[in-house]
Formats: sequence, C-alpha cells, structure tokens
Amino acid sequence: MATYHLNAPMTEEDVAMLKAGDVVYLTGIIYTARDSAHKKLMTALDAGEQLPFDLKGSVIYYVGPTPAPPGKPIGSAGPTTSGRMDTYAPRLHSLGSKASIGKGKRNQAVRDALQEHNGVYFGATGGAGALLAECITASETIAYDDLGPEAIRKLTVKDFPLLVINDAHGGELYAKPNYPL
Amino acid sequence: MRMLKAEDVSAAVRDMIITACRILPEPIYKAFVEARDSETTDSAREVLDQLIKNADLAKATNMPLCQDTGSAVLFVEMGEDVRVEGGLKEALTAGMVEGYDKGYLRKSMCHPLQRKNTGNNTPAIIHLELVPGDKLKIQFMAKGGGSENMSRCTMLTPAQGWEGIKDFVVRRMAEAGPNPCPPTIVGVGIGGSFDLAPTLAKKALFRPLDVPNPDPEIAAMEKELLEAINNLGIGPMGLGGKTTSLAVKIEMHPCHIASLPLAVNVQCHSARTQEVVL
Repeated sequence: MATYHLNAPMTEEDVAMLKAGDVVYLTGIIYTARDSAHKKLMTALDAGEQLPFDLKGSVIYYVGPTPAPPGKPIGSAGPTTSGRMDTYAPRLHSLGSKASIGKGKRNQAVRDALQEHNGVYFGATGGAGALLAECITASETIAYDDLGPEAIRKLTVKDFPLLVINDAHGGELYAKPNYPL
Repeated sequence: MRMLKAEDVSAAVRDMIITACRILPEPIYKAFVEARDSETTDSAREVLDQLIKNADLAKATNMPLCQDTGSAVLFVEMGEDVRVEGGLKEALTAGMVEGYDKGYLRKSMCHPLQRKNTGNNTPAIIHLELVPGDKLKIQFMAKGGGSENMSRCTMLTPAQGWEGIKDFVVRRMAEAGPNPCPPTIVGVGIGGSFDLAPTLAKKALFRPLDVPNPDPEIAAMEKELLEAINNLGIGPMGLGGKTTSLAVKIEMHPCHIASLPLAVNVQCHSARTQEVVL
C-alpha cells in the first residue's frame, strides 16, 4: 500500500497506477455533486446540453456542505453515502470522469465501469466534516444554485486525504463481514 | 397551570441544536480514544485518529462535526400542568429554524418526491409524550440521513424470539457494512406495535453511550448484540477492525400476543444529542 500526492483533474496514468488500499493526498480542482445535482446532470446530457464543468479527468465529490461561516470558504464538508449515486456514476465515467469521492459500498455496475473506463473510487472519512473542510481552500457555486446544499461547487483542495476503495483493476478495500449473507 | 414563554422554549431549542452539532458527547469521544488504543490495524487507527481530531477541531472552531446536520428530531415530555404561550409546536419550530440558521447548519428537509428543499429544515420530527408534573423536557437529535437509510423495521413471529431478533439485527449491520459511518450506535426497539417499535429504537439512541438498560436482562442482551456486531470485522469506516459499533441500546415494550415487532435505528458515530428541562 503506497502513499501518493496527486493532482486533480487526474490523468489516465495516475488512475491506472492506484491500487485499493493506497493513500492519496489530492490537490487541485474537484467538483461537488450529490443526488439532485446528478439527476440534473443526466437531464442535461439527455438534452445534449453542455455540462457545467469539463468531465475530462474530473473528480466528483459526493458532498452537501454546511453553509460557510464568516471568514471560511466552506462549512463542514465530509462525504455522503456513495451508493445513491451508483445509478449515475457509470455514465459519467464513460464520458471521461476519472474519480469519485464518497463513503460506503459501490454496486457491481460502478465497479465494472471503473475497470472499463480506468476510473477510481476514493473513500474519505465519513463524519469528519470539520477536519476535511480544512483541506478546502476555495469554493465557488457554479451550477444549480437553487438546489442549496446540493448545488454544484468548484472546490480548490490541498492535500485532501483519501483512501483508494475501488481501483481500475477490480480491487476493493472494504472488509467482508464475517456473517452468512 | 405553569406557563412557559414561547421565547424561552425557542431559545433553549436553538442553543441545544447549535451545541449538539459542534460538541460530541463526552462518552463518545472517550470511546473513540479507547477504540483507537485497542485497534490493531493502521487503517482503523487512522480513522479513529481523524474522528478525534475532527471532534477537537469542531469544538475549537465552531464548525459542525459533520456536514449532515440532520433531520431535527425532538422527543418532548410535557407535564400535564405546564403550557407554552402561543403553542408548543410553534415554539419548538421557531427555535429549530433559528438554530439551523444561526449555527450555519445544513438544511436537509425536502419534498419526498419533488425533492424541493423546504429551505429552513422544517418540519422538525416531534414525538410528544404527556407526563405528570409541570416540567417540559426536550431532547434533540441531529439525525443524519446516511445512517437513517440503513435502519430497518420488521414483524417477526413470536416463535422467532431472541434468536430471530439477534439474527435480524446482526444481519442488518452486516449488510449495512461501511455505509452508516461505523463505528455506529445501534438502537433496537423490541415490541410495541408496527409504528411504536421504530420510535423505541430511536428513543434508545438518546440514552448516554455508557449507560446500559436499567433492566439487567436487557442490558445483557445489549452486550450480546454488541459482541456479535463487533465480531463482524467491519471496523471503523468499513476498513476492517474490532470496532464496528460502540454500543447497542435496546428499548422494550409489551406487544400483542400475535406479534413481535422489531426495529433497528442505526446511528453514525457523530451521535449528536442534547437535552434540556424547563
């Protein structure tokens, strides 16, 4: 298990070398989107419209932050449960998105899409919203302002701490529960 | 009849909400530290270290512990000899709205199908119980959606008994895996009715982490379930380890001779509760 300092947007080479269990400190530009924002992105794609950000190499953070208190770029900003975005993730990967950040399990369709399109799924620590906000140096709402906490934001991050949960080679980090399911 | 001013009730609710979202209850913080010292893998220790740092930071900077500042859940015990000027519900709601606004907390409530946000976190989820006396007790929980989604309710047959209960609860936590932000706290409601069991499960989550059920028999069941859940090996954030849950809290209630209602209300580690008595 290796530790890397990488930049976002991500390159094909960066994604390809990552293995489940690797620690990554990410610096650069990432975009926030969660349930309602994803639905709007799909509607835009169906209508042939341009998306509010360039998907190529993009890293999408599943988060709905708290409002920024005075003097801070953003409020508390930990990951939300990724499984709710499983419906949408394969399409975004097929169009050039490289990574998502969230917490919790992904379904088989997403894991397949990561292998097919050379993508990666990162886990961040759920509930560590105050700590993770320290790694976000700027935030700007770029689309769907009406969605409030679910609006799409362009975040500038510095050394954002991540774990590779699902890699592009079929690897997965989560422990298998010791119980017959 | 004792009269309470609506503004006093609102102020208490407001302050309770802001504090709850920033300050992790001490027994949970202590449990993080103990779990970190007993975990054997780097990933489990790293997660717990981050949660400890997060709690320290939230306290020092007034930043909410978690971005999901929840549905506003209020359990209210109202004495039969006390009234609130202008109405209890109005006073609670006004305090909740002000708390979420002034505390820079996320407003998460929306229309279930249109998904349009109500904009001010209304409505609060209010459970009201009338009790003897002239006091007003208000308990607040900021209940996050990720862990709430992992909760389940079922109707077992009486024959399934304790073994059936144990299997349902442990299976649920195994299926939930990393999703509800382990280490979790597991609220279990046994008995009552189809509607009461989940309320019992939620009510159980208000009991402080280090306080077992006062009935020794139920306390032993809590211990047995906790051990079974921690033997799953899911660990902090699902990365493996010994600490999948910090506690199991059971509330029990008599039920119909034909029924055995059971509910599991999953609570993430950011278990934010506060209470006040007016």
